[in-house]
Amino acid sequence: MSLRDASSLLPPLRRGGRGRVRSGGRDLPLLAGMIAPAAAVFGAFFLLPLARLFAIGGGGAEGWAAYATILTDAGHRDGLIATVLLSAAVTAATLAASTVAGLFLVRHRFPGHALLVAMLTFPLAFPGVVVGFMVIMLAGRQGLLGTITQALFGGKLVFAYSMAGLFLGYLYFSIPRVILTVMAAAEKLDPRLEEAARSLGATRAQLVAHVILPALKPALLSAGALCFATAMGAFGTAFTLATRINVLPMIIYTEFTLQANLATAAALSLVLGLVTWAVLAAARSFAGSSVAAAG
Amino acid sequence: MRRRGLSFWAQLAFTLLLCAFLVTPIILSMLAGVTANYFVGLKSGLTLRWVEEVWRLYADTIFLSLRIAFACLGCTLLLGVPAAYALARRQGPAARLAEELLMMPVAVPGLATALALIVTYGGVGDLRSSWLFILIGHVLFTLPFMVRSVLAVMTSVDLRTLEEAAASLGAGFARRFFGVVLPNCASGILAGSLMVLTLSVGEFNLTWLLHTPMTKTLPVGLADSYASLRIEVGSAYTLVFFLMIVPSLILLQALARRARSNP
Repeated sequence: MSLRDASSLLPPLRRGGRGRVRSGGRDLPLLAGMIAPAAAVFGAFFLLPLARLFAIGGGGAEGWAAYATILTDAGHRDGLIATVLLSAAVTAATLAASTVAGLFLVRHRFPGHALLVAMLTFPLAFPGVVVGFMVIMLAGRQGLLGTITQALFGGKLVFAYSMAGLFLGYLYFSIPRVILTVMAAAEKLDPRLEEAARSLGATRAQLVAHVILPALKPALLSAGALCFATAMGAFGTAFTLATRINVLPMIIYTEFTLQANLATAAALSLVLGLVTWAVLAAARSFAGSSVAAAG
Repeated sequence: MRRRGLSFWAQLAFTLLLCAFLVTPIILSMLAGVTANYFVGLKSGLTLRWVEEVWRLYADTIFLSLRIAFACLGCTLLLGVPAAYALARRQGPAARLAEELLMMPVAVPGLATALALIVTYGGVGDLRSSWLFILIGHVLFTLPFMVRSVLAVMTSVDLRTLEEAAASLGAGFARRFFGVVLPNCASGILAGSLMVLTLSVGEFNLTWLLHTPMTKTLPVGLADSYASLRIEVGSAYTLVFFLMIVPSLILLQALARRARSNP
């Protein structure tokens, strides 16, 4: 994973806000001219290459069936299943942990609060390779957990170079951005709703289940989708930890470099891109415009 | 002050635990970068030997990353700010579609974008072995962040009234754009610029496939050192990387805090 997945850092947009200038047709050529350079670069270096990649994916020995190997080839299918399960587990764990911490930080002020928030969001822009190294520092051969368990139990706990290490890495990567989203959404909660629920005798658990979580739902949905998409397409962390971890991005990389199987690599990477993009689009349409507002 | 219950302390403990999870490895790696022998521990003494070794082995990757980051910033400013303005001025399906398309490089995994660039432009002249090839990838990936940052500010300030006021005083388009529009979205341009620099310096997914032995960037060197050199050298290299991105991360946090306090 890398900063590519940092779209949660994108600032929220307020659609149709008061700042929107409703221009007459008079300025149209001018505005078209202003977006033209970006559009040209984007078309030439993104859309065109992706179209080319699509054609190559269908032009290998297997023909267009290459696009189906993600389901028909046992190795690819296992990789896909492992990637989806890992991404789902990371998403669930990140959402749970970040909601608890994010809500706590918004609802309580105490000395050191600002510092705590700064530290929790600091790793926000770490690239995947560095996150991988952080996991090695914690759970690698010379890692902290290994040293502690060695001292306490005489056996060294080392799990960085496996699926568990990857899970830890994605968790590390996702927590800062999801906490930020939760905090931004929680700050907008209407305190009157909570007071009303309390005055009606709601317990703390009822308050959380029926008032707070429903209000946070759009933000959690969008943050969760981003987290899932990130984990699906992530490459740097897996690359740092071990090339033997059987997740889809590593399979694509191996097909491309070691097996020089360009058609399969092209087909798999496009399918992966499509799945990632679809998850984000689905979350956006389920949660409505508030996904954009939640960042 | 309200009396804090058990639940407060439990939540505080959990949050602190989470914070420890994030911060401990950072501190460990920073220490490892200046420790003579990490296996022995701090008692082996502090040294700058590993940092010097990183400089000897990888100084060129640091300069290349900086060159690409600033070139990328220039490109995204020239391409992104006018594009954001056009998107802010136009509503309707065409503008929405253009915006959606421009955001795509963030959603599509870097492996796919890099493969697509290689199969399409890998054989064009010397482009494949030039640092410009990496720059193209970085511009694609960072452009959405610049556009969104600037667009966010442009849609929140009342551009229309400001521009109409300037136009009624006889200001032409160029004068309005440079004298009114740009100064009013300076905060968005600044935030976008910091984001672009930070992202470009740390970009790995695209760069790993796009780089050649002659065009190694900092994250490529990092992956290299993690795989093949001792943990102290990898740590010292990570320390150098942290020092490079920390200033812009701190500025970004300060900007975000200011935006939160006066929305």
